[in-house]
Amino acid sequence: MKHIKTIKTRNLCASAKNGGCGECQTSCQSACKTSCGIANQQCESKNSK
Amino acid sequence: MIHQYRLMGYNIVLDVCSGSVHAVDDVAYDMISLFESLGRDELIAKISSDRPDLPLSELEECYDQICELRDAGLLFADDSFEPQAGLLKQKTAGVVKALCLHIAHTCNLNCSYCFASQGKYNGERAVMSFETGKRALDFLIENSGSRRNLEVDFFGGEPLMNFDVVKQLVAYARSIEKEKNKNFRFTLTTNGVLIDDDVIDFANREMSNVVLSLDGRKEIHDRYRVDLAGNGSWEKIVPKFQKLVEARGGKNYYMRGTFTHANPDFLKDIEKMLELGFTELSMEPVVCAPGDAEELTREDLPIVLEQYEKLAELMLCRDREGKPFTFYHYMLDLEDGPCIYKRISGCGSGTEYMAVTPWGDLYPCHQFVGEEKFKLGDIWNGVTNTEIQDEFASCNVYARPDCRDCWAKLYCSGGCAANAYHATGSVKGVYGYGCELFRKRMECAIALAVARSSDQEQ
Repeated sequence: MKHIKTIKTRNLCASAKNGGCGECQTSCQSACKTSCGIANQQCESKNSK
Repeated sequence: MIHQYRLMGYNIVLDVCSGSVHAVDDVAYDMISLFESLGRDELIAKISSDRPDLPLSELEECYDQICELRDAGLLFADDSFEPQAGLLKQKTAGVVKALCLHIAHTCNLNCSYCFASQGKYNGERAVMSFETGKRALDFLIENSGSRRNLEVDFFGGEPLMNFDVVKQLVAYARSIEKEKNKNFRFTLTTNGVLIDDDVIDFANREMSNVVLSLDGRKEIHDRYRVDLAGNGSWEKIVPKFQKLVEARGGKNYYMRGTFTHANPDFLKDIEKMLELGFTELSMEPVVCAPGDAEELTREDLPIVLEQYEKLAELMLCRDREGKPFTFYHYMLDLEDGPCIYKRISGCGSGTEYMAVTPWGDLYPCHQFVGEEKFKLGDIWNGVTNTEIQDEFASCNVYARPDCRDCWAKLYCSGGCAANAYHATGSVKGVYGYGCELFRKRMECAIALAVARSSDQEQ
């Protein structure tokens, strides 16, 4: 019996190797303007994933 | 580090450093909670004594599944990021890619809760000239290095009080972006009072995003968002917002509300926005000085946390009815979200993101404008206050001692420097109340993602 279901996610450890193109949206710019949440930003790079 | 919690009918285990999310049954939930403190035999014996009805073989199977995930780096992954944190943040050094243009330090509303002191940022009323704005755009291009996507937000005060300059600046940027190999993404943040057909045509043609300020229910909105004579603005702006959004044809917008001590039950305001036909929503806790009447209190906190949970349930319910809506803070894209570089380095305030005053001064972000000691320089001479810039450049999630043991640190990157400064006097502090709200939002957003994933499978 399967006790654990793993949801598909981006592996952050792997992204340390090839992330960091810097093209994604600056966090609160253009939206909430009053808090820093970066988790809801979209990755802009097609090559680093 | 792991974080486990129960929400929306799911047992959720988040592995912080790998970013993995697991939905587990009760046995696995209990076993994971003790996995690091007990050995195999001891752990299985403990769970077996708590759940004598379960066969031993099933517990062993569950234990093995946990081990498989651990061995695959998806559970109990080591935090290997700290030694790289400074280097990753360094990638932003010397590059500016986003500006908040304070196109008007004046406003046609007089909202007492405004963090920008009714648009004046504790200074004189002023509007930005075309020449200053043009120089700001040139400054951005000159300092953007190889970054292609450049973000410019027309902000205020009320930017539509200087609309002609907004139009001229967009025309200027469009005239040079191809030659400079840049892609400008413009945003307009407005209270709606001056929206007309001309604004709608322009915004829907040129703005990647528009942020429309509406607090929800009329009585809530009109409590603070009043004109200079004290009259509420809800009746005036709602039809304009509806017209703009309808004409927008699916392009990005946010209906952005603020909730305060007057409406910790802000879900009612979100429901009002939905009733008015808006589906892209953002609702933010007020930013104000300690002791202000609008300030959220400790007594408000449980109400607010419950609202976040109910909001997630409402979103799932609306999904199932085929009437989905977006809440800015719940837009987690677990598969295509930000890389670790972004998660460590944060919002980029003071380094890749700056605010420009109507007279061309540079500040680390819009929330620091008016705080003289944070002035970085100006758009003609660039950053001259390198001491302050270095302080922001050294901000990363591992530079904040309070964040060290927080499971949400890779979702907020240490939080907002302005909130931290206003709460503690240091940009490397943390705004604890905001952290409590943030953690609840992330728990809800992840639970919602799990529930949606489960719905898709059925």
